Amino acid sequence: MKHTLSVLVENKSGVLSRIAGLFSGRGFNIDSLTVGITHDPEISRMTIVVTGDDSVLEQVNKQLNKLIDIIKVQDFPAGSYVGTELVLVKVYASAKNRSEILQIVDIFEGKIRDVSEKSMIIEATGETEKIESLISLLTPYGIKEVARTGKAALCKKTVMK
Amino acid sequence: MSKTGAEIIIDAFEKEKVGAVFGYPGGAVIDIFDLLYDADINFYLVRHEQGAAHAADGYARATGKTGVCLATSGPGATNLVTGLATAYMDSVPMVAICGQVPSSMIGNDAFQEADITGITRPITKHNYLVKNVDELPIVLKEAFYIANSGRPGPVLIDLPKDIQKSSTDVEYPDSVKIRSYAPTYEGHIKQIEKVAKAIKKAKRPVIYAGGGAVISDCHDELLKLVEKTKIPVTTTFLGLGCFPENHPLTLHMLGMHGTQYANYAVMETDLLISIGARFDDRVTGTLDTFAPHAKIIHIDIDPSAISKNVNVHIPVVGDAKNILTKLNKIVEPGDTKEWIETITKWKTEYPLYYKDTMNIIKPQFVIEKIYEVTGGDAIIATEVGQHQMWTAQFFKFEHSRQFLSSGGLGTMGYGFPAAIGAQVAYPDKTVFNIAGDGSIQMNIQELATAVNYKLPVNVAILNNGYLGMVRQWQELFYSGRYAGTCLHRNASCKQDCSTPGSYCPSEIPDFVKVAEAYSAVGMRITKKEDVVPALQEAIKIKRPVMMDFIVAQEENVYPMVPAGASLKQMLSGIS
Repeated sequence: MKHTLSVLVENKSGVLSRIAGLFSGRGFNIDSLTVGITHDPEISRMTIVVTGDDSVLEQVNKQLNKLIDIIKVQDFPAGSYVGTELVLVKVYASAKNRSEILQIVDIFEGKIRDVSEKSMIIEATGETEKIESLISLLTPYGIKEVARTGKAALCKKTVMK
Repeated sequence: MSKTGAEIIIDAFEKEKVGAVFGYPGGAVIDIFDLLYDADINFYLVRHEQGAAHAADGYARATGKTGVCLATSGPGATNLVTGLATAYMDSVPMVAICGQVPSSMIGNDAFQEADITGITRPITKHNYLVKNVDELPIVLKEAFYIANSGRPGPVLIDLPKDIQKSSTDVEYPDSVKIRSYAPTYEGHIKQIEKVAKAIKKAKRPVIYAGGGAVISDCHDELLKLVEKTKIPVTTTFLGLGCFPENHPLTLHMLGMHGTQYANYAVMETDLLISIGARFDDRVTGTLDTFAPHAKIIHIDIDPSAISKNVNVHIPVVGDAKNILTKLNKIVEPGDTKEWIETITKWKTEYPLYYKDTMNIIKPQFVIEKIYEVTGGDAIIATEVGQHQMWTAQFFKFEHSRQFLSSGGLGTMGYGFPAAIGAQVAYPDKTVFNIAGDGSIQMNIQELATAVNYKLPVNVAILNNGYLGMVRQWQELFYSGRYAGTCLHRNASCKQDCSTPGSYCPSEIPDFVKVAEAYSAVGMRITKKEDVVPALQEAIKIKRPVMMDFIVAQEENVYPMVPAGASLKQMLSGIS
């Protein structure tokens, strides 16, 4: 099962490598990891999507907490949080099918960020499932490149610190 | 008053009351060494940085204080790695300081540069690369605090040469608070009440105490609990000494080379009370058959140790000493009379055993004699292998911190420098390093350290001519194909030899000559009747002594649970 972990860490050099090293060293799998600074410049938030059963997640949680630079670890239950990721897709697009593609992009509330003779770059944001269906709908036109950020997430309720 | 980085280091050693620093100089730490020249710090020059790390570890295990080692950048730092990993696995408080190339050169593949914080990240509790001298006082304070709080462990500080030279006005803090690090010391009272209830109900309870019991110093509280509840105690290898092994309710060690009665007790128990132990694979055997009838209580300061390997029914997070103190106030004994009778029967039926002989010295015999000659009161270090397991089985430990051995990592070469560290901490105590003829060679250069600093460590080599533990596995599980385990072997031997005999070349080195070359005392003991007089003399002469006991070559450690088997499937070795 996929879990979305939100991890507050000290904004210090080497923290990312501690976390990445913990996952590889203990055989946990990361599906995606995003990191960025919070409103407090000393703290960064990492959103880590992990696949594993309850016992694996219990260990992930405990091992993360054991790292000195980690301030807080939360495992967001499904439905309790807002999660979104950003994708850039470079897709083949000729004059002939350009408008067809535009329609798909419209449905997904995406944006065209660049258009050239043979291709265009589409930007879209949203839940992972939405991003994945956009990509699959664009696949028949020929995808040249994809860049995804991985999920960022926040809990809906105010969490006491 | 402004201080340089190097001065802050010395300042920290003084403020943290560091009793000994084990180290080795080099270009990147020469500024720190320059201050050691006239500082009031007990510095010990080892002969290899690995020796420095193990000596700091031995010092820490024997005292409970934080061990300190110091090395230069690059190879100096990488030579600490085995020592750090050893300390990390066994939760030993240590601070390692190493030099680094100047900040401006980091990442340029400079001379003697290694990314030591990257290398040691998974084998330290925490580590630091200090990039600004203003941070250094706080980093040092944090390092000493982290190393010896919660579940202890080694902390490494990587210090570029320019930081050692530059100055700051920041003072060394008196205390430090880390918002992201707050170990739990007090056990939750509700959980402790549950433990008491479970104990009252249990018919066949067993206490399984580990290294955490030693670290939390709960010797007295554990004894009190046992006196009150009459629950038998088995200890892990690292727990040896936390419960007196001459007590009627001891089951001695459990696990792969534990006693049969300890393992039977674990297999039959209805309540397993783990205190500071981590359900290591050498203890549990196959997990799915481990303690099948038991409700499991786990007392540990490290939440990540709980339910890592086995599912725990009553976890209690906190310091064992605190928890046992609270538990002792409310606990009531259950009815364990029948259980103790069963266990007493097992103990008489399946005692620890070896077959003694008249003409050949059995290694177990030497250990029994070390126990007798020292009155059981010595500090005992070991290397890793058969001699280590025999020591655990046949030396009856009575005190915490009396036994120094690499349990988790299993580091050959640990014992001798660790014994040196312990002797530094306790100059008047008798310290033994029980070693194999293989292991001792991994840090034999520290004879120079022992001799130069007049540290009268006694090294007892149980010389069987083999890397005995691997040879034992080869004998039992690999059809006796002794590949790479015979220490007598040389180029003239036939390739498939598996039998020692009078035709074998003699082993290199001659340990007596090695000892003498280092100005230590060398002794070779080949006859049983000479064992006790040799030990007595060694203790008396108060100089580093290396005793070469020529023992039975193909003696095996029994009982034994084969790796990956159930505790039920013990090989008793009694023919």
